[in-house]
This record gives sequence, structure tokens and C-alpha cells, in this order.
Amino acid sequence: MPEIAARFKLDWPGFSLDVDLNLPGKGVTALFGHSGSGKTTLLRCIAGLERPAHGRLVFNDRTWQDAGTWLPTHRRPIGYVFQEASLFPHLSVLGNLEYGRQRSAGTARVALDQAVALLGIDHLLQRKPDSLSGGERQRVGIARALAVSPEILLMDEPLAALDLKRKQEILPYLERLHDQLDIPVIYVSHAPDEVARLADHLVVLDAGRVITAGPLAETLARIDLPIRLGEDVGVVLEATVDHIDETWQLMRVTFPGGSLWTRARDLPPGRRVRVRVLARDVSLAIDEPGPSSIQNILPATVDAVGPDEHPGLLLVRVALGESRLVARLTRRSAEQLGIVAGRPVHVQVKSVALME
Amino acid sequence: MYLTDTDLQAIWLTLRLAGITTLILLLIGTPIAWGLARCRAWWKGPLGAVVALPLVLPPSVLGFSLLLAMGPNGPVGQFTESLGIGTLPFTFWGLVVASVFYSLPFMVQPLQGAFEAIGERPLEVAATLRASPLDTFFTVAVPLALPGFITAGILTFAHTVGEFGVVLMIGGNIPGVTRVASVQIYDHVEAMEYMDAHRLAGVMLAFSFLVLLAMYVWRPGARKGG
Repeated sequence: MPEIAARFKLDWPGFSLDVDLNLPGKGVTALFGHSGSGKTTLLRCIAGLERPAHGRLVFNDRTWQDAGTWLPTHRRPIGYVFQEASLFPHLSVLGNLEYGRQRSAGTARVALDQAVALLGIDHLLQRKPDSLSGGERQRVGIARALAVSPEILLMDEPLAALDLKRKQEILPYLERLHDQLDIPVIYVSHAPDEVARLADHLVVLDAGRVITAGPLAETLARIDLPIRLGEDVGVVLEATVDHIDETWQLMRVTFPGGSLWTRARDLPPGRRVRVRVLARDVSLAIDEPGPSSIQNILPATVDAVGPDEHPGLLLVRVALGESRLVARLTRRSAEQLGIVAGRPVHVQVKSVALME
Repeated sequence: MYLTDTDLQAIWLTLRLAGITTLILLLIGTPIAWGLARCRAWWKGPLGAVVALPLVLPPSVLGFSLLLAMGPNGPVGQFTESLGIGTLPFTFWGLVVASVFYSLPFMVQPLQGAFEAIGERPLEVAATLRASPLDTFFTVAVPLALPGFITAGILTFAHTVGEFGVVLMIGGNIPGVTRVASVQIYDHVEAMEYMDAHRLAGVMLAFSFLVLLAMYVWRPGARKGG
């Protein structure tokens, strides 16, 4: 049962948005696309910051927008995180947090305390925004959006304005949100690694149109999408830590259809993890390969073959039980190996990225 | 005493006129400036031009128009007479009305600039934090535009203190009622009381310089970068 039904049609000079989406009422939905794809505009339409002439938006059976119905932004039960934290410079951190909380009818103080704890900003409360680092500012911006006890959290590229170091500082907090928040989150991003880490559901936009929408793993494994991801083509697997090899400092994670070895981390067996495997790190062999430096070699079946950005390359999707991996091959090697759908192969995975 | 009693009377009248004019213009000019800064309607251009007219119009033209409008045959004059308060020319309140028109751009333009400098974002943020547009105006726009309010207030006050032509057209030269400092100086000069003229002119010069100095030295907006 979809909880958010959104239909918007908007025409600006040089840009148009035409979407009709049903989004799940829980988990993190990523709106993904290159700049100019309309992902931020779509988010602003949901927030009521843009008012498209033709639109319909129903959230949890309540109509926010329809012909003749318009709920202004300040009456929508949303939390919104802007790309730049956009804190009020004339208020302290606490003043910023209190601003929204005081205006949220029937909101307990709990939301604010929880938000402060979740984002780890209690030591900053008395400071002024201009004395904070970029990362701290964005954490306050997220806490401020949560302090109004929103029924849905909208985030517009909260990491895009930050450098890599600040990003690494905030990502753990976002993952904590993902785990602990029981409201739906719509997360706009153009960064595949953020999407792979945070999203449960993926909507891919291009030129104001929805190209595909669906659960993350399933959508990432599609190789027929006309979106350019370059080096970031790859899949995400939901896996479980099942064995730690102390001697070699390696860890085995199991997913439906196989298991992979990766560097040991400080994680207990049984822990759910997310594993990202990039297409460029996957190669295929017909016969069982002999001795190799590659530790992860798994039997699989070719599922589909599709074109890649470069005419000399192909994307090959293989099935391991119910899981899918995508490999990037040259057209020549695919020809020489006789790669066609249904062919049994051995998958060699050179490296995997673990996301807790 | 350095200044004569009539000089002091003229200075007091000037300060009262400038103070009341500034207060009235804060109330009138703020919504006009907000409208000019926020709206994209067709009337934005014409309204902006009308507000700026006193900057280029000779004070005598403005004074003459107001004199006709507020006189017994003018629309404003007939309205004020129907209210039973007589006509406004050659009264203190006539001067206030004239000063409000004359100093309007000095209030509206700095405020408009300050409101425009805030940008769209803080207002959008306030909306996502449940603040209604009116609430947003008072709790976000006004505090962020505070340096603009201070500049506009000082400029309006100082400009009203310095007006002469309009006063002469509307107010004439009635001691204690419409004889402000600038007219008093004119009187001293006409009567060849050059020493008196010097003293009062010196006071005006010192006042104007100090006001402008205060404005240029103390700039609260300067350190707020991000």
C-alpha cells in the first residue's frame, strides 16, 4: 500500500517535470539523477516550496495538493533539510532548534532531545551558527528538521556542499537515522555511493521524467537504464556477517545465493550489513579458474547482457540464487567467452565495499 | 547662552518633525519596501519609480503639489476640512505629511535592499519550520534586515532635518509651528545676523557629520558574512 502518491506536471523555460510516483511510506527513498534531472524540484514540489499548476499529492490519505486544494508549506507535517544547512544566523543553535519545535502543535520536547542526541550536537547548543564547521552546521540543520516531529523527512543533497572529510563525518549520523527513524525519508542525491549506503528504495530521474523506481537492489541491478553512472555501476547486496577468520583477519558475509570474503571489521557474527559490488570489480570465467589472487570466486549463471556507455564495453548481469551481480566486460571478451543468457560462469569478485 | 531661544525652539521643532516623520515612515515604508523586494507583479516598476520621485524632483515642485492638494480646494484639503480639522498647510502636521513624502525613498530604498539581500532561502526554511508568512516576516525577515532598518532610520531622520524647500512651500515660517532650523538659518541670513546664522549652521553641520559618522563607523551588517 503506497503511502505517498505524487503527480506533478510543471513547465519552465528550458525545463519540464512530469512525474507520477507512488513512494513507500517507510524507509529511505533516494531520488537519484544528474544535475538538472529535476530531483530537487520534485522534492520542493512535495514540500510545497514549488507550486506546479498541475499536481496531486496525497500523503497518508491526506490530500496536500489537488485541483482546488493547496496546503501551504508551513501546514505540511514535513521536516526539510536544505543542501546548505541554512541556519538562521541571528539565532543560536538552540534557538534554531527551538524555532520549529515551538511552532509544532502538540509536539513533545522529546523530539528535540532525541534529535540533539541522535546528531550528537549537545555541546554546540549555545554556539552561533557562524562559529560552527560545515559538518556541524549540517548536523544542526538535520536536527532542526527532526525537532518538529515531522511525519516525513525530506533531504535535499545534505552532503553535497561538504568536502569528503565532512561527508565521512556526517554519513554515520545519516546511517543512524536510517536505522532509528520510523518515518519515511526522501533523500535527493547525485552520488551513487550515498545512495548505495542509505537508500532502501530508488527513483531514478532524468530530464524531469522518472526512468525507473523500485527497491534498491533490484533497481541497481537493472542494466537497461539509459543513465550514465560510469565507474559507479554496481549492485548492493543485503548480507549477514557469518564468520570471522582471526588468523587472516578476514570476514565472511553471506547473502541469498552465496558468500564473500572481505577484510575483518569489528562486527559480531549475525550482524546485518550492506555490501556494494561495483561492475568494474567483477570478472567472469567459463572454467573454474586455477590458483588466483582473487579470493571470491562463485558459480553463477548469466542472466542478461546489455550495452555499456562505451561501445567497446558490455554490462553482464549474473544470477547467484536470488541475488544479482553486474560485471563490466569488453565486447571482445564477451564474444570470445560466448557470454549469452543462460550460460553458467564463474564470477570473480576483486573487491567489495562493506557498509554497516 | 550660545544659541538664542528662538534657535533652540527651531532645533526642538526640527527634531520633533524628524522623529515623528521617521516613525511614520517606518510604519508606511516597511510594507512598501517588502512589497518591492518580494513581488514580481507588473506594478513593481511603477511603484519603485513613484517612491524614488522625491530624489529627483525639485522640493519646490513637491511642495507646490502638496500645497495644492492639501489646500482648501484640493482633494486632501476638502477631506481634512470635512473631518473638522481644517487644512494642513502652514501647520506642524502639514509639515509632517510633506516630510513623509519627501523622505519616503530614504526609508524605502535601504529597507528594500536589506530585504532583497536576505534572499529566498531563510523564508523557505521558516516555512518548513511551520512559520506562517506573517510570523516569518517578524521573526526572520525583520531581525535579518536589522542593519537595513538602522540605516534607513538614520537616513530618514537626517534627511528630514535637512529639508528646506518643501518646508518653506508647505509650512511657511511660523515660529514654534513650522520654523525649523534650516528656515531659521535662512531668516538669520536674510536679517544679516551672520553670527547667529554661523552658530546654528555650525550646530547643523556637527549634527549631520556625527550622524553620518555613526552610520559609517558602526556597521552591524559588516561582520555577518555567512
